[in-house]
Amino acid sequence: MKKTFAILMVLSILYACGGQQTVATDAVTASASDPNTNPTYDPQRGEGKFTKVEVGATIDEKLVQAGTKVFAVKCSACHKLTGEKLVGPGWKGVTERFKPEWIMNFVTNTDAMLNKDPKAQAQLEICLVRMPNQNVTDDDARNIYEFMRKNDSKK
Amino acid sequence: MKNLHFKHWLFISVAFVFTLASCKPKNANNTISADAAAKVYVAPGKYDEFYNFVSGGFSGQMSAYGLPSGRLLRVIPVFSVDPEKGYGFSEETKPMLNTSHGFVPWDDLHHVQLSKTNGDYDGKWVFGNANNTPRVARIDLKTFRTAEIIELPNSAGNHSSPFLTENTEYVVAGTRFSVPPDDVNGDVPINTYKKNFKGTLSFISVKKEDGKMELAFQIQCPGFNFDLSRAGKGVSHGWFFFSCYNTEQANTLLEVNASQKDKDFILAVNWKKAEEYLKAGKGKKKSVRYAHNTYNEKTHTATSEIKTEVIVLDSKELADLCYFIPCPKSPHGCDVSPTGEYIVGSGKLAAVIPVFGFDKMLKTIQAKDFIGTFEGIPVLKYESVLYGEVKKPGLGPLHTEFDNKGNAYTSFFVSSEIVKWNIKDLKVLDRASTYYSVGHLTVAGGDTKNPNGKYLVAYNKITKDRYLPTGPELSQSAQLFDISGDKMQLILDFPTIGEPHYAQIAPAELIKNNSTKFYKLDDNKHKYASIGEGATKVVREGKNVHVYMTAIRSHFSPDNIEGIRMGDDVYFHVTNLEQDWDVPHGFGIKGAANAELLIMPGETQTLKWTPDRVGMVPIYCTDFCSALHQEMQGYVRVSPVGSNVPLSYSLGTNMPKVEGDEKGEEKEKGKKK
Repeated sequence: MKKTFAILMVLSILYACGGQQTVATDAVTASASDPNTNPTYDPQRGEGKFTKVEVGATIDEKLVQAGTKVFAVKCSACHKLTGEKLVGPGWKGVTERFKPEWIMNFVTNTDAMLNKDPKAQAQLEICLVRMPNQNVTDDDARNIYEFMRKNDSKK
Repeated sequence: MKNLHFKHWLFISVAFVFTLASCKPKNANNTISADAAAKVYVAPGKYDEFYNFVSGGFSGQMSAYGLPSGRLLRVIPVFSVDPEKGYGFSEETKPMLNTSHGFVPWDDLHHVQLSKTNGDYDGKWVFGNANNTPRVARIDLKTFRTAEIIELPNSAGNHSSPFLTENTEYVVAGTRFSVPPDDVNGDVPINTYKKNFKGTLSFISVKKEDGKMELAFQIQCPGFNFDLSRAGKGVSHGWFFFSCYNTEQANTLLEVNASQKDKDFILAVNWKKAEEYLKAGKGKKKSVRYAHNTYNEKTHTATSEIKTEVIVLDSKELADLCYFIPCPKSPHGCDVSPTGEYIVGSGKLAAVIPVFGFDKMLKTIQAKDFIGTFEGIPVLKYESVLYGEVKKPGLGPLHTEFDNKGNAYTSFFVSSEIVKWNIKDLKVLDRASTYYSVGHLTVAGGDTKNPNGKYLVAYNKITKDRYLPTGPELSQSAQLFDISGDKMQLILDFPTIGEPHYAQIAPAELIKNNSTKFYKLDDNKHKYASIGEGATKVVREGKNVHVYMTAIRSHFSPDNIEGIRMGDDVYFHVTNLEQDWDVPHGFGIKGAANAELLIMPGETQTLKWTPDRVGMVPIYCTDFCSALHQEMQGYVRVSPVGSNVPLSYSLGTNMPKVEGDEKGEEKEKGKKK
């Protein structure tokens, strides 16, 4: 009985001073959610706005042309078109290893995927430079993908 | 068991008493109350509620603090070079500091004014004045960078500036020193002040859309010292008020000789009337020289233009343009209440604070209730314009700002206090000591039509023992007061840069969402930009070598350059290829007489370098950018005059020669000697 009273007492004291809110910790780090235990994460698709990308049977040269320009400005400083690693991995065969959704999500939602995608994290362990978010537009992401397809179609 | 219970109870009782004590605010007379810490605490990762733009005084810069935390967010370079940001060192920013006297690397920024629409802050720009070589700067609040600087002819010591009208129609600049006008011979005896010296007020128009400044016109006034000013607002919109001292027109030992008269003046200027005169062609074109510098955000490059003409209105000849209101004694601050109805004059040497009524001023003018004229300008009768006096307010009143409850707050230098008083009944309501000797003060929104009234910051001239000693020189102290209650409550001290004069406090909401995060490469129109590594190259144009270089995590392209010769001027035009927030790269080269660069994402900046010896010169990134930042480096080879080392540049391909092919290398070595 006395004990219950004491607890009540303590609670009431705590309440009396409760005007000062404790610091809200609403910033949950992205890495806290483990994709392996999270059934909603699709490692084939990655995370981002692209859920289904339509890819034509033949290569769209118009998109390739636009993608070439983006590559020159935003990608070529770190990626070679061969399989050789520069700062980041070489692009040869990238469209065979990844689905278009994954690639386009990665180039537009880079930081979030580096924080949770197993393949992206494995690559980061090799390169040790986080791929910069180069603020690639949705259209340009598609253009880059077509440029990669073209690159992979060459012998 | 019983003993245990007793211990429990003892603990609980002690805890209870202790808790009660800590919950209750301490005696309000104590300087710091118990809840001060909670009031200024901004948790890690959280934003402050307000931006506080503070003049940097003799540092020549402006700083941005967060309130209520007092955290320094940024030093914005304005009138002085800033090695931290490359400002005044990069070829692109050097023209910003150009004047009719040439490049001025260090000035004195006194006052800060946020742009206004309808009498309230609009969050677009903040203006600052150069107090030494007279100039006004406009800082863009999207980038927190100086966008434009305009020099003021016919002026010397631009002190009563950069105060602005309620829709930012004009930013004014009243000269502190009167001088002979620029278009007449200034080689006259100093003691001919009364005859030859003039005081000039400049009106700079500001374009609504892009903030572009133009020197619209000047008003030539008698030779006094113009000190501070404020625009009318609401009912008094269309008028400007300038405090004047040295109406004695002394030219030496002003400390004594400019303190002779019991009353100096507040000059009331009808700027709408000035616009009419201007339209009617009453202005006279004068031949002058002043610099007008603009930073172009697309080319990332400043240009400096020397202009040669200004239109001047003569206060002596043009009726109804200017009136003098007598004001005791050596007035400093000249502040207009939120409604625009009252003008508060703060005589540094006066025993009262006079409060003038705007409608009384108009009636006095209408009734021609003058006590005379001074150099053709009517002098109004003090008693007729006076609304009332704040009696025994304190010693040495300087500046007044306002809250949202009809109160005014005046800083007192000599008695080292802030005094709160009511605008209507002029009664003193509260006093708060400052540590020590407050100069300027600011209230959140305190010069707008709708003050916020939550915080006041006092900027003190003397620091002494407030912080850990740092030798003879101490940071000047700012003190934050909570003014939301009846009593002002000191809640924080924080150090500042340089010497803060005026400052402004604006809600963060107004500014933070417009902040530029990076420059788009697509929009980069710099003449020497390399948009992509494929565009990098080194080009020789006679003695000038242009290096088109890129930086991205974590290498420069090119990073091996050969064929530079003694006598060359080398321009490193470095484009940062990053397109993400907060990824600047730096650029340093050994022995550069000109400092370094800091390049924002998507930006191009240029460092000029003149090699001073033959040999190998390293370059590297000076701003930690990635795990391999320390690998972000390269070499420039400098050869003697007339060397035949060909100009070459590369990234990742300049490999050691394979065995058996060393002859070429040896041969070249021989030549170098």
